[in-house]
Amino acid sequence: MTEDLLARLTESVVQAQQQEALDLTRQALAAGLEPLTIIDSGLTPGMRIVGDKFACGDYFIPHLVLAGRAMKGAMGLLEPELKRRRETARRAGTAVIGTVKGDIHEIGKSLVGIMLTASGFEVHDLGVDVPVESFVAKVKETGAQLVGLSALLTTTMVVQRRVIEALDREGLRPAVRVIVGGAPVKAAWAQEIGADGYAEDANGAVDLARRLVG
Amino acid sequence: MRPELHLLNDDLVRRILDEGFQLLVDPGVRIHNAEALDLLAAAGATVDRTTQVASIPERVVRQALGTAPHAFDLYDLDGRPAVHYGGDRVQFDPGSAAISLLDPDTLMQRPPQTADFVRFVQLVEQLPTIDAQSTAMVCADVVEEIGDLYRLYLALLYMRKPIVTGAFRKDTWWTMKDMLAAVAGGEQALAQRPTAVFDVCPSPPLLWSDLTCQNLIDCARAGIPAELVSMPLAGATAPVTLAGAVVQHTAESLSGVTIGQLAAAGSPIVWGGSPAVFDMRHGTTPMGDVATWMIDLAYVQIGKRLELPTHAYLGMSDSKIVDAQAGLESAGGTILAALAGVNMVSGAGMLDFESCQSLEKLVVDAEIIGMAKRLIAGLEAREDPIALTLMRQLRHQADYLGQEHTLRWFPKEFYLPSEVIDRGAFDAWQARGAPSAFERAHSRVEKLLAEYQPPARAEELKSELRRLASSAAKRFGMDKLPDLPKSE
Repeated sequence: MTEDLLARLTESVVQAQQQEALDLTRQALAAGLEPLTIIDSGLTPGMRIVGDKFACGDYFIPHLVLAGRAMKGAMGLLEPELKRRRETARRAGTAVIGTVKGDIHEIGKSLVGIMLTASGFEVHDLGVDVPVESFVAKVKETGAQLVGLSALLTTTMVVQRRVIEALDREGLRPAVRVIVGGAPVKAAWAQEIGADGYAEDANGAVDLARRLVG
Repeated sequence: MRPELHLLNDDLVRRILDEGFQLLVDPGVRIHNAEALDLLAAAGATVDRTTQVASIPERVVRQALGTAPHAFDLYDLDGRPAVHYGGDRVQFDPGSAAISLLDPDTLMQRPPQTADFVRFVQLVEQLPTIDAQSTAMVCADVVEEIGDLYRLYLALLYMRKPIVTGAFRKDTWWTMKDMLAAVAGGEQALAQRPTAVFDVCPSPPLLWSDLTCQNLIDCARAGIPAELVSMPLAGATAPVTLAGAVVQHTAESLSGVTIGQLAAAGSPIVWGGSPAVFDMRHGTTPMGDVATWMIDLAYVQIGKRLELPTHAYLGMSDSKIVDAQAGLESAGGTILAALAGVNMVSGAGMLDFESCQSLEKLVVDAEIIGMAKRLIAGLEAREDPIALTLMRQLRHQADYLGQEHTLRWFPKEFYLPSEVIDRGAFDAWQARGAPSAFERAHSRVEKLLAEYQPPARAEELKSELRRLASSAAKRFGMDKLPDLPKSE
């Protein structure tokens, strides 16, 4: 019965059925399952399957986005329960991501967020047009080990450098790995501004994050 | 008869336009520019200053459509009309604002330098099938803040053809306007005989940034033509259905026409765009996708229904080098654009999702454009009777090569390609070292550049242009502009 419930929860994530994932998570809690069990044996395996299906070409980006939302919805129910138990979900790491100030391009950054979440990172997505100080503040608040900076314009790439400099000034740099991305961003630029890495797409960003923080 | 292509039937055109008008009322357009919001409010739109959203009634948009010109000309730098926006005239310019250049020696992308863009402008002058220049590359050897005006400065030194350009900032637009006015002989002369059109891009969905909206208003007031470049990204920033993406394009473009006409009624405006489908595997924006082309062709049809001049980004490739993919994608988009009667088709030379320019690809694309232009010139009888007299005269002899009729008509009937297109025999090709299309293109680039003659431009004008560019550079902490190439 319990196993069946968890298997169905996994399947609801794989099928990207948001309402089903919420209902099954409620049922699992009502049946007395521990939140950590629901995450580790229900939701996370679902996202892993989604990631695999994407990697081999069976799934496309909309599958990732919608499966990510199904998982996020379920986590919304589980997080208060974890808090009540003073527990935290096992994470590959904590990441703060955003598109830098002056730039409103969202898609690439959001895909990286979804893929990082799917591979077990706790992701704080600050959105677009994010001021330098907001990145610094969020890193302090969450103790994140990873910062992801997106810039799609040649005119806003320079802000990536400013964020790295600000992290440095605040003494946060030794504990934080910074990765950069966006259409005009290349490996040479990442090196020039002292970032720890650069990836060309969302999959590459996850590999990079695992290598740097895992 | 000229062949034509239509993707939409009357019912779909009507429904797309209707939904476009309805979107402007609800949810309206979000505009981060106070002046545009003022203009819209004064014209009868409902404006929420907190959210910066304008709800624009159809009546206001219809009035703007009533004052927007159906046609206008761009002039070359000798003061002659050279490009006609309006009707079904089809013309081509290179894709613009590439941030990298395909180096023909290494086949790697690298940041373009001053000398690269000068060569590019000279090459465009040498290619008869390319009708206009564009500020095709962003030079990496000047500070980013003058990236836009520096391209125009270089182009104005070496070009004769009109130019498609755009500003990256609000303040740099004024320097660019001053440069164009200096060349035209004053602001009034520039408005009467414009030599440039400025791209202005709304942000999907239904949003105008402060910068691009201000560029639109400033162009309208100066009488400089503006080209709306709405870019719905189907499935990501726009509805995934192609018709849905066209609805979004319609609403954004209608809002642009309205803002421009409210700033200055009668100012020239182009119904243009750069839509794409979203690649659901790679998260990229393929310009060589057949569905991308279909969105382009459909919105052009909407623009024609509104009797506005049209533009589209077509004839590009997402390939990284000048290969089979580059050829097939560029040919597909170019030929369809010609059949659809797009007034200005931007894209020649462009690779890698509108990011990388290639001189070699430009000369290959110039051949595709030549073929596309031949196609829409259509098939005509030429003589009456068509062939009866001639064939009765020759009866069963195959002596057409020896006829005056052949000599007279073959250059008009056939498209005669340059040496980029190989039509020789195998042995001859092998004897020349078996050159690939890319290698032949590279040879042609060098040959055409060697033959380039600079335009006669007064020394005072050149130094005025340099003064404008230099003082802008100084404002952004760059004391000296890069040297110009010596060849002058």
